[in-house]
Amino acid sequence: MTATAVALPAPVVEMIGVRRFFEGPPEVRAINGVDLTIGQGEYLSIVGPSGSGKSTLLHLLGLLDNPTGGVYRLDGVDTMSLRERRRAVLRGERIGFVFQSFHLLDHRTVLENVALSMVYVGVPRRERLARARVALERVGLSHRMDFAPTTLSGGERQRVAIARALVAEPSLLLADEPTGNLDSANAEAILQVFDELHSEGMTLAVITHDAQVSRRAQRQVRIVDGTLQW
Amino acid sequence: MVTQAGPPDPAGGPSTSRRRRRLRSRPAVRDLLDEALAGVAARPTRLILTTLGTVLGVAALVGTVGLGQTAAGQITQRFDLAAATRVVVQPDDKGGQEGEAATQLPWDAPDRIKRLNGVEAVGTVSNLEIGDDLVQNVTGLDNGAGKALQVMAGSAGLWDAVRATLQTGRFFDQGHDQRADKVVVLGKHAAERLGINRVDSQPAVFIGDEPYTVIGILESVSGRAELNDAVIMPNGAARTAYDLESPDAVEIRTAVGAAQLIAEQAPIAIEPNNPSTLRVDAPPKQGAVRKGVESDLNALFLLLGAVALLVGGLGIANVTLLSVLERTSEIGLRRALGAARRHIAVQFLVESVIVGFLGGLLGTAVGVILTVSVSWIRDWTPILDNRLAFGSPLLGAFIGLVAGTYPAWKASAIQPITALRGT
Repeated sequence: MTATAVALPAPVVEMIGVRRFFEGPPEVRAINGVDLTIGQGEYLSIVGPSGSGKSTLLHLLGLLDNPTGGVYRLDGVDTMSLRERRRAVLRGERIGFVFQSFHLLDHRTVLENVALSMVYVGVPRRERLARARVALERVGLSHRMDFAPTTLSGGERQRVAIARALVAEPSLLLADEPTGNLDSANAEAILQVFDELHSEGMTLAVITHDAQVSRRAQRQVRIVDGTLQW
Repeated sequence: MVTQAGPPDPAGGPSTSRRRRRLRSRPAVRDLLDEALAGVAARPTRLILTTLGTVLGVAALVGTVGLGQTAAGQITQRFDLAAATRVVVQPDDKGGQEGEAATQLPWDAPDRIKRLNGVEAVGTVSNLEIGDDLVQNVTGLDNGAGKALQVMAGSAGLWDAVRATLQTGRFFDQGHDQRADKVVVLGKHAAERLGINRVDSQPAVFIGDEPYTVIGILESVSGRAELNDAVIMPNGAARTAYDLESPDAVEIRTAVGAAQLIAEQAPIAIEPNNPSTLRVDAPPKQGAVRKGVESDLNALFLLLGAVALLVGGLGIANVTLLSVLERTSEIGLRRALGAARRHIAVQFLVESVIVGFLGGLLGTAVGVILTVSVSWIRDWTPILDNRLAFGSPLLGAFIGLVAGTYPAWKASAIQPITALRGT
């Protein structure tokens, strides 16, 4: 299974007829038949008003939630048949998350926060710290490594979060309203980082309700009432 | 499989990101421990408050058991020293049918006994028949106290043999004995009744019409408690004034552990021809009675400690549960970063074990200090079971383990979606 995935240039994300229903009453069909393919190196934005199923789609993409039905292959691996433990491993290795509210651990240094994303993947400690340093240099925060996240600005915190998402070398970077808590200058800085990542070949999926953010992507899809519109 | 040489570029693109194709999650045990330690250390104030219950519980346990053992040991020690080294030899009233002479103790009995190995001190003691004589103080006022007072006679060695201590003055010695000096030592209660509390003015008591100089007042004796209520004169004076023919009994203080042996040897030493005419009172072998008392005490103390520990455990469970609820976003994040449920569970469980262990460690220290301090104040010998001192921190860790089970399960059941949705 994995051997063929390496041999073929399979798309990073392949969703066919994915559904996610929440049991009622009344039953909520948050995602109702989504077909989505994200190729390697693609920069995709998913826009939609609140309540359209954006967050649910993000959680399905990020293996944080299980579809009710359909097929979801990540890097060619059929995720539907995986047990929860293997899904966790796949999640840790292949997906980098960037959240609206950063989710940094306040009582750990910036460097430790970045290194944390390699703990559950099984990277040895020394290598973790070395790679975390490189990642922080990439987002221009090498002077903040030993700071507590609480002392950083919102823009800096989001850059730490991006460094954390990148350091484990994911196949897919999933961002959920990455600029939602930032002013326009900081938001622009984050979007520039995304542009750079895209030019380096990283696969990105940004979920947002902000048209400005959405426009930066190479390809845009709209989600309305649990289905995608092209 | 594929090995990695050096830190690769973290944003190296799809080609590099596809090198690692493990599907087994392998966070090192050390890493999980580090995460748990960091989680504990992140909130020092909370840590202190959380451990407080366990600290108190373990301290109560160690302290009460320690003090229980110390007190029991103290009782045992007194019991041992006072009674376990006491041997009394006296004529057998029921036996000795052959004649009066055989049942009398010789005056040189102490000298014969003293030669035995294991004898620390020996002395004779006798009750004197004083007929209608009254014991009165120098004022001559008969307040009725005199009648209740026993007059006794002893050898100079008696004091050491019964571990007598003085309130004031001195004991009579062999010189007084040999010269038949008219001196007396008063028992504690006897002195109170006679209204005598100091001897520097050389007070006298009258036994009948004869004055005797009081040279000392006893503070305590062990074994022969009637000395406290008696007026005691040297054998020499008793032989002169009351024709004491022979001592009533020989009091022997032996070395620790020698009592049984001395009990066998003493009658032969005193009466080689007819040892069976003498009766020997020796301490029984270490009885089961003492053990029973000790275990009763310990059971009670253990129960107290257990209750305190239960409270401590509930405290840990409570605070850990609170901490889980507070750290939902952290849990969600860890799950997003690839932590399986069991990793979350293990982290919180280990955190709780660490808290319990620290509490146990601190509590043991407090308990030991408590035991030693109280022992020091009371002038006791602190006794503490090593197993208790070393086992208690582990007990704390175990309590942490039990207390953390439910919160850890709760933490592992948190859905990452819910945890990450909040701001």
